[in-house]
Amino acid sequence: MTLYARLAKRPKWPLLYRVAGACAWFGAVSLAYFLRRVAMLVPLVLVISFLAFCLVRVAPGGPFDKERAPASPDIERNLKAKYHLDEPLWQQYLRFVGVGFEKQDGEWRAFEGGLVRGDFGPSLKYRNHSVNDIIAQGLPVSLSLGLLSFCFALGIGIPLGVWTAIRRGRWQDHVGSFFSILAVCIPAFVLGPVLIVLLGIRWPVFPVGLWGGPWHVILPAITLGTYFAGKVSRLAREGMSQALQSDFITTARAKGVSETAIVLRHALREGLLPVVTYSGPLLADLLVGSFVVENLFQIPGIGVFLVNSSINRDYTMVVGLVILYSVMLLTLNLAVDAVYGLLDKRVKYG
Amino acid sequence: MAEATHQLGQALGQAQETGESPNRRAWLRFRDNRPAMVASVFLLGLIVLALAWPLVSSQGDVHSEAQFAAPSAGHWFGTDVHGRDLFGRVLAGARISLIVGLVGALVSLVIGVLWGATAGLLGGRWDNMMMRTVDVLYSLPSIIFVIVIITTLEGVLQGWLQSAFGGGSGETARMLLLYAGLGAVSWLTMARIVRGQVQALRERQFVEAARSLGLGTWAILWRHILPNVVGVVIVYLTLTLPAVILYESFLSYLGLGIQPPRASLGSLIAEGAAQINPIRVYWWMIVYPAGSLAALLMALNFLGDGLRDVFDPKVDKDR
Repeated sequence: MTLYARLAKRPKWPLLYRVAGACAWFGAVSLAYFLRRVAMLVPLVLVISFLAFCLVRVAPGGPFDKERAPASPDIERNLKAKYHLDEPLWQQYLRFVGVGFEKQDGEWRAFEGGLVRGDFGPSLKYRNHSVNDIIAQGLPVSLSLGLLSFCFALGIGIPLGVWTAIRRGRWQDHVGSFFSILAVCIPAFVLGPVLIVLLGIRWPVFPVGLWGGPWHVILPAITLGTYFAGKVSRLAREGMSQALQSDFITTARAKGVSETAIVLRHALREGLLPVVTYSGPLLADLLVGSFVVENLFQIPGIGVFLVNSSINRDYTMVVGLVILYSVMLLTLNLAVDAVYGLLDKRVKYG
Repeated sequence: MAEATHQLGQALGQAQETGESPNRRAWLRFRDNRPAMVASVFLLGLIVLALAWPLVSSQGDVHSEAQFAAPSAGHWFGTDVHGRDLFGRVLAGARISLIVGLVGALVSLVIGVLWGATAGLLGGRWDNMMMRTVDVLYSLPSIIFVIVIITTLEGVLQGWLQSAFGGGSGETARMLLLYAGLGAVSWLTMARIVRGQVQALRERQFVEAARSLGLGTWAILWRHILPNVVGVVIVYLTLTLPAVILYESFLSYLGLGIQPPRASLGSLIAEGAAQINPIRVYWWMIVYPAGSLAALLMALNFLGDGLRDVFDPKVDKDR
């Protein structure tokens, strides 16, 4: 007999104790589950970093090909030695992770820095800067753009989806659904230039480019968020129409609960679960997708660096960004699973 | 009422006589879905136009003096930087986008169906392992990997192709990588769906009968299970197509996809966006390619939704 069943079966315990016991049991089980998930992240990130590490080095050419003057072999050899690119690949990887020893001036020393200490190493292209510096400069900008578009996508998508689900089959549904499909078909790189030409240049309502005040944020956030607003609204419509057809809603209607209360208090909770599931990948997609928008509006985020650095063979930068994006996505998915359990008590972790 | 019953009986009789198949019934249901029908007519028209246009006119490739000409009777969509007719360019772009989308979707189909069917059929530990792999791949930023793969492996593949076949095959390398990369990131949903279907089918009696007759696992898969999955697979193939086209345009927009002088809808939008300046607005260079891409994606989405309503049993009937 499980602890939970034993707790639930003891009638002489006050209700409060029983609830507390159940919560503790549930908490312990899910805590173990989430600890296991978090522990799984470490080998996963290592595998990803190793793959990315090998992949960028397979490519022909190197980070020092596009130097201003054709570098003499000596200079290139010195540069490579400085960044340890002359070592065998496994040693470079160990150095990147930061686990291992090297012989320096006749004595053995542990590697300094490295992934285990949260250090992605120096950038090979932007000399004088470490990858961490560049990320620290760009990430806040990308994050705030992503979060604003997230709010925009949910703020437009959920009401539209719920509305079309309530008015299902009528003209409001057809019009709303048409708009949500339309939004899914205009990704950022389609909408962005059109908005710039129309609202930025033809009728200069909004400033175009740079990252100054709140006015600068609006166009990029709309550009980035519209596609995802469409996706969210389709998910919300599907979830809500299923929830509205389920038995507990019929019961509530039979009891004479008002339609507003049915939608707001009963159906929303279940109908929005698909949106919750999607919101983790959504936030990650927004962060990743932002590099088109950053490019279009000349916003100083990290997105610009991903494409440039992988073309320039800036090895450390590429690997660092790949790891950053992967960790963000993996953590977000984990967070979504946790929130899901809070919203839907039927979910069992294990 | 009696009349109606009579008609119904007649219709049923006819259906039995002519052997009205599930496919025929599916088609009848599809025909009633107006958005899907409009979308498929539009798509057919676009495909025919895109294929036939090079035979009619070669203006899309010809550089002329008329740079940045606004839309007119001579150039319906105006002209671009090099005085090329934008209408021809857009059609050529649509053709390439469709080809890349189709091939990418087919690659994803092959990987997804094989992976999902194998996992569903083997079951047990293998199933667990294969589906866990899919879960892990789901949680990775796929587009980032495609970008890294395309920028890094292009040179490798190009060198390899040159040593194997000789001659300038840089463009081929890029196209092959596009197909493979896009297919490789979009097979996950397909694998999940096929695995679910196969798992359900595996327990059915006809499969048991085939097994008791001594048929091998692969023969059962090939002859009895896969034909039953075709409907669902077609539906998700149609829904994968716009996703792949979107990815391709995205990559082309970044300059990692189709290279000039060839055009895809994404690279045309990028060319238009590059000409944005506060002094003169060449709106047609953005609006027409963007509108075409949006229309193409919308048509494919409507078609996929229509097919899903017809084939997917999970969808409720009152729509």
